Amino acid sequence: MFYRQAGVHHSNYKTDSALFPIPFDKWSIYTMLALGIFAPAIFGSFALTSYLLPWMIWAGAALSLNLLIGWAGQFHFGYAAVMSIGGYTAIHATLAGIPFEIALILAGLMSMVVGVIFGAAAMRVKGLYLALATLAMQFVVDWVLTHVPAIGGGASATLQAPDMTLLGFKITSEVGYYYVAFGWLLLVTLFLLNMRRTGFGRALVAVREKDYAASILGVNSFYFKSVAFAVSSFMGGVSGAILVFCFYHAVTPEQFTVNVSIQLLAMVIVGGLGSIIGSYFGAAFILLLPGALNTLVAYVSELLGLQIGIETLAHLPNLFYGILIIGFLLYEPLGLAKVYDNIRKYLMVWPFGYSKR
Amino acid sequence: MGFDWIFAGELAINGALSGLMYSLIGLGIVLIYKSSAVPNLAQGALAMLGAYIVLAFFDGAGIPMWAAIPLGMVVMFGVGTGIERFTLRRMAGQPIVMILMLTLGLDIFFHAVTLTLWGGTNRSLSYGIPDDAVEVAGMLIDFTYLAGGIIALILVAFFTYFFKTRKGIVLRAISDDPVASWSVGISVENGVGLSWAMSAVVAAVTGVVFGAIQGVDYTLALLLLKGIAVAVLGGLDSVLGAVVAGVLLGVLEGMASGFLDPLVGGGSKDLVVAGAIILTIIVRPHGLFGREDIERV
Repeated sequence: MFYRQAGVHHSNYKTDSALFPIPFDKWSIYTMLALGIFAPAIFGSFALTSYLLPWMIWAGAALSLNLLIGWAGQFHFGYAAVMSIGGYTAIHATLAGIPFEIALILAGLMSMVVGVIFGAAAMRVKGLYLALATLAMQFVVDWVLTHVPAIGGGASATLQAPDMTLLGFKITSEVGYYYVAFGWLLLVTLFLLNMRRTGFGRALVAVREKDYAASILGVNSFYFKSVAFAVSSFMGGVSGAILVFCFYHAVTPEQFTVNVSIQLLAMVIVGGLGSIIGSYFGAAFILLLPGALNTLVAYVSELLGLQIGIETLAHLPNLFYGILIIGFLLYEPLGLAKVYDNIRKYLMVWPFGYSKR
Repeated sequence: MGFDWIFAGELAINGALSGLMYSLIGLGIVLIYKSSAVPNLAQGALAMLGAYIVLAFFDGAGIPMWAAIPLGMVVMFGVGTGIERFTLRRMAGQPIVMILMLTLGLDIFFHAVTLTLWGGTNRSLSYGIPDDAVEVAGMLIDFTYLAGGIIALILVAFFTYFFKTRKGIVLRAISDDPVASWSVGISVENGVGLSWAMSAVVAAVTGVVFGAIQGVDYTLALLLLKGIAVAVLGGLDSVLGAVVAGVLLGVLEGMASGFLDPLVGGGSKDLVVAGAIILTIIVRPHGLFGREDIERV
């Protein structure tokens, strides 16, 4: 239907190896891009700041984590800690009078350093033990944030984000914040789209599939694991800084607890490991669905005249959240990306479903 | 100021006792890992669920405590079997990150179920141990900690014995090589199901023991991190390791909270726990008593 192959004939190599063999793919991406650019004009202020903006920032963070888990196959159960380093570094740097652009890069570099320390565990172990080590490091970072006043500003303190000036523009409006997040997401997406096809990306996939085998083929698996941790942490740190500056406007340790790490992991896994569009879907799904379900439950209970306590209502979204994660792992382990792919493949030959590609 | 030996001794003994209790939650993780190589990150939530179920029998149904605890254990046996039957069994052959995420999903799910059903306010639970302390050579020892430590020791002794019985040997065979045990007629599914059920029962006991000390609320689920630390330090497949590591961690934690907390402003317990996990994994990933895995390409 939409993804038509009919009428798409390749008569030379140039069109056959084009970026988008299916015209609909090209047009859908142009449409999404246009929607992203003109979103402030289309959507209201509420939808922009409470749905689109967090979605874009978290999608960027999920993509950064996906680079590590989905492509390099290295588990990271403490990604929120890496993001928190970025957030805190950016705040401290801008408070010290460093321009925001440089503060962002500093945030990335600082997260990179910490992230490589996280990755040092990958030198020794992998799989389960790496997951547990990174989980433990999350708690160490949490502890440092709450107990070192020079970083966290004292016990459970909140550091306000100063005004940000990006490339000479003072950014104070909601629209401005939105474009910063949108620009960053665009950069991350473009980077990942291209990384997949470079030697670096291929090496990461080789390491993911079997690190010993990759070493035998001449891919220095330790080097690529470290680089994957470094690159992913850099991106995670900048995402954290943007999250703090554009969305929260302040930073506290509670924004980056272990639950946030698990949430990010859920975004990546529910979205689909190693899938870019999957991370978009996953971020939207995990961010928006619990709230939507909560509204639904409140509506249904009102409709049926049920008396549901405030406390029950408060915990129901978490209940659905758990069920969703379990359900996805059981019934569609490849995630939303696979669901999308199934729909796409079905529509590609619609209505001639019997002519399997 | 001289070194306060009495204070240190008190910290060490109470630390060791609470460490024995930590080994309960580590034991739950070890039991499952031993038979199916699945690290159960839902153990904390299971402990919380167990405590709430016991309380539901006691408070809700008015059953006396001595009957409510066994009833809670029976229910948890069912819960454990159910988890294995309906979720973990279908995940066989999936990559480990999926299984870890599944147990995290279970953790979130049981956490939310418990709070949805029973609410989040802290409730007290007592299984007949006076909330009192005994003085031994100038050191104060809490009865609840003592009882918890003894219960932990009994359970560990039971499981050490259990792994020598016929059923236990079956479980050890499964942990050694699931496919080979299958081929000699062992029902791997039932074995793994049994280990989940036993682990859930242990979780119920953990919940009751800790509930008697800190009350029953969502903080019981936070015991997970200590359980992981104990299990990793002792070796993920070693029952004995869980006890030794539990005591070790408890003493370290007690010392840290006694001597480090005044210096760094509190919370050094968490740091000790996280540090134990990281150091073990970097220095000796298979733990003190665990079996070292050799990877074949």
